[in-house]
Order: sequence, then structure tokens, then C-alpha cells
Amino acid sequence: MRAARISGRAANPPYKLPPPLFDARCRTCWIVLGLIVLVIASFWTLDLQWAQFLSPGAAQDMLRFVGEFFPPDAHPAFLRRVLAASWETLAMSAVGTLLASGAGIVLALPASRGHAGERALARLPMRLLLNALRAIPELAWAGLLLISAGLGPLAGTLALAAHTTGVLGRLFVEAIENAPPGPAAALRIQGVGGARVFLYATLPQLLPQLTSYALYRWENNIRAAAVLGVVGAGGLGQLLAFHMGLFQMGKTATVLLAMLALVALVDVASYALRAALQR
Amino acid sequence: MSGVAPAGRLAPRHDPAWLGRLFWTAAALALLWPLLVASEFRPWTLLGHENLAVTARFVRGFLPPALAPDFLWRVARETWRTVAIATAGMTLALGVAVPLALLSTRVLSLSALGGRMARGAFWMRQALRALLVVLRSVPELVWALVFVRVVGLGPTSGVFAIALTYGGMLGKVYGEILESGDAHVTATLLRNGSGRLQAFLFGLLPQNGAELASYTVYRWECAIRSSVVLGFVGAGGLGQLLDGSMKMFEGGEVATILLVFFALVAVADWLSAALRRVLG
Repeated sequence: MRAARISGRAANPPYKLPPPLFDARCRTCWIVLGLIVLVIASFWTLDLQWAQFLSPGAAQDMLRFVGEFFPPDAHPAFLRRVLAASWETLAMSAVGTLLASGAGIVLALPASRGHAGERALARLPMRLLLNALRAIPELAWAGLLLISAGLGPLAGTLALAAHTTGVLGRLFVEAIENAPPGPAAALRIQGVGGARVFLYATLPQLLPQLTSYALYRWENNIRAAAVLGVVGAGGLGQLLAFHMGLFQMGKTATVLLAMLALVALVDVASYALRAALQR
Repeated sequence: MSGVAPAGRLAPRHDPAWLGRLFWTAAALALLWPLLVASEFRPWTLLGHENLAVTARFVRGFLPPALAPDFLWRVARETWRTVAIATAGMTLALGVAVPLALLSTRVLSLSALGGRMARGAFWMRQALRALLVVLRSVPELVWALVFVRVVGLGPTSGVFAIALTYGGMLGKVYGEILESGDAHVTATLLRNGSGRLQAFLFGLLPQNGAELASYTVYRWECAIRSSVVLGFVGAGGLGQLLDGSMKMFEGGEVATILLVFFALVAVADWLSAALRRVLG
């Protein structure tokens, strides 16, 4: 005890008071405060009908509503239609994702630097274009494209492709710029042109990563494709909106089950493909 | 003598793997064909005479964007509503996700410290995971359609739809993030007799806090897009406004709303980058 006092140092570091909870110079504090204000303001202005939602009457309503789903309609003729619609939804999501991967690469190339000493061809315009594509949700794209493509799965496919191009393009730009520069530099030193450097050095290195991004988006897109039909863009969603509108709950339940199965199927397929890529 | 031909050292003039590439391209096209047929992929219909005329008329309507003060006021109000639905939904989703993630994560299991999890705890965790799977595999639009039937049109159904779907997503990913990190600290705390909540707060949370926060911010961005989409089924917000304007073929109004989408995404990007910098 005395020895510690003489040497001027405690044997153990002394306990410090924790820092004050709020400090005007602490940026994190301001951000957390801002978030709390945002949350409170959101609940405040929305006038949510808690009472109506949580009352015993609502619970009964909801139970009755869910009860109407049973039994799901398993008529063979109807099942065939659901199967056809599921196939259409699957095709929409797959073709949309594929188109988006292609377009994403095409748009990402001018937006990214080939190597550290180079300037991107058209960074700003391409970024703006990609952001614009991404900013508009799939369902809004579908609504817009219905005007020029007409009702049916084509509008849905193009809508998925448009939104996904924006998302994937942005990811592809980052992937291209973060690729290991060695192989590309080796080819470039030999005098190989830009296009062939990309095709034979950069692209093979990036392909697993790009593919796994695309597969992730495919999982997202199958969910989106399932509901796009609500605005008339084909697939399961259209069937769902139709039968729900007519209050045919048994048929709605079948469509919902088909959606769940399809989503699970795509998740499993995408997971397996990604696992195969990593090996 | 000249066993190694000097020609073999020259770079080949042609792609040596062209045959394989050609084969795989053809195989992919053959696989793709039925998909293209099923999605009625005929892009040339876009260029048909009538369709082109309709599109041109609609797009010409985009200019100038509608800038009447009362319309802008309505857009601002609906934008706030969209953000508010997303934020309130995310808050409720956290209320669903955090308890479920804590209950279902393997790292906080006491019996697993001894090597094998007790049977009861194992099946409880599996059941909770199944619940999370069900919550997130029903699209939020379907939840919203169900809730609209119960509470009527309005933001309530949108908020609860986002809360359920995003609760499932966040719960699953939180659990994965907690399990992916180094479990040593948490295991030590648990072995020395700390409670599970303590082990989480002082072991897992400091280790994984940045990643959890950054994923939450990313999902909040997604929730804003979802809340736009939910507007299409009557949950209010920008989606409903856009739906109305599109049905009336009001190109100028559509253009204004699309510009607002663009601004919203830009602001969300900037905000989430800033948040990640601070939290990370």
C-alpha cells in the first residue's frame, strides 16, 4: 500500500468513470440521437392502428381469414395451371438475372478503371445510369414497362433485368477494381490489347465472384418475380392477385404454397451452385 | 536435340480452349431456350409500331416533370410516409429478430459447451429457425395483402408486413453473423459462470457489433424500397402515388416521382456509408 503510494503508481490501474453518455463532440452520439428521433417521428406520424390490430376482434378476423385458406385447392386442372405459372415465374427470374448479369458487365466496364494508372472511360455517366436503374424498384419498372411491352411475362422479365442491372453493375465495378492486378499486368506488358486482357486475365479471376453475386440476386429475383404479377406482369403473382381478388381462398393458398416451394427450390439450387463454385 | 520445339514457346495465335468454350456456350443456349420461351421473351414487340407510339407518347409526357407546389407538397408528404413505414417496420422487425436470434444461436448454448447440445435445446433452436424461415419466405407483399384485409388500407398493414418479413431475414442473418465469429471469448465467459445475456453483451456484441450494424443499415435501405412497393397494394406512400399517376398516364408526375426515388436512394447510400464509417 505504502510502496504503491511512494512510487506514485497503483498496483492495479485505478478505476475510471465511464465516459458520459452524451458528448457534443462525439459523432456517434449525434447519429444515435438522430436515429432515435427518426424512429420516434416515424411512429408518431404514421397513426398506426394498434388497437384495431391487436384487439381480440382482429385476432379472430385474422384467424378466420387464415382458416379460409384451408383446405388448399388441389384440383388436378388447377394444379396444372399453378405449375405452368410457377415455370413462368422461374423463367422470368432466371432470364431477368441472366440479362442483368450481361448488361451489368457491359455497363460496369466503362465505369471502372482497368488498372491503377488508367482513368475510367465514363465513370460518372455510367454510375448515374446504374444508380437510376437501381433506384426504381422492380414493381415500378414493371408498371412502367407494361405500357410498352403489354401484359405478360415479358414486362416482368425486363423489369427484373432493369433493376438487377443497376444492383449488379455497382457490385461488378467494385469487383473489377479490386481484382488482383498481376495477371492483367503480365499480359499488358506483353503488348496484349485491353479487350483480350479483360477476357483472358481479369474475367477468369472474377468469374466465381461475379457468378456468386448473380446467384444471390437470383434468390432475390425469384421472390420479386413471384409478386410482380400483382401489377399484371405474369407468373404466380398474377394468379395470386386474380384468385385473392375473387376471395377464392383455397386457390390462393395453393398459389402461396407454390411460391414458398419455388423460393425454397431456388435457394437450395443457388446454395448448391455457390458451394460448387467455392470448391 | 531439338526435342523441345521452339514453336511451342510462342504464344498460340488462337484461344487454345475455343472448342470447350464453344461447347459450353451451345449447351447454355440449349438450356436457356425453354426459359426464353416460357417468359415469352420477344423483345421486338417493344419495337412494334403501336407499342412504340404509345411509349413515345408516355415518355414525351415526362417532360417537363410536374412541379406544381401542391403536387410537390404531396410528394414530400408521401416520401416521408414511405421512409416512416420503412423505419417503423424495421424497428418492429428488430423486436422480432433480436430475441429470436439470441434464442436460436448456437454460440450462447450452455450445454453445447460440453461438446453436444442437449436434445431439448437443440430442437427448440431448430423450431425457432423454422419459424424464421417461414417468416422470411412469404414475400412482404403477400403479408401486406393479408393485413389489408384485416385492418383495411393504410400504413398499418405495410409496417407489420415489413416487420414480419424483415424480422425473419434479420433474425436468420444475425444468428449467422454471431456464429461466424470467434466464439472463444463468449465460451470463456459462459464457462466462468456469466449469464447468457452477459456473455452476449460483453463477448459477442463488441466482437460483431460493426457487422450487425452495417447489415441492419443495408436492410433498412431495402426496407425503403419495399415500402415503396407496398404502396402499390394500398399501404400508402410513394408507391400508391406512382400507381395513381401511372394509371392516369400523367407522365410529368411519374417523372417527378422517379426523380424522388433517385434522390432517396442517393441519400440512403450516403447515409449508410457514413454510418458504416462511424460504426465500423
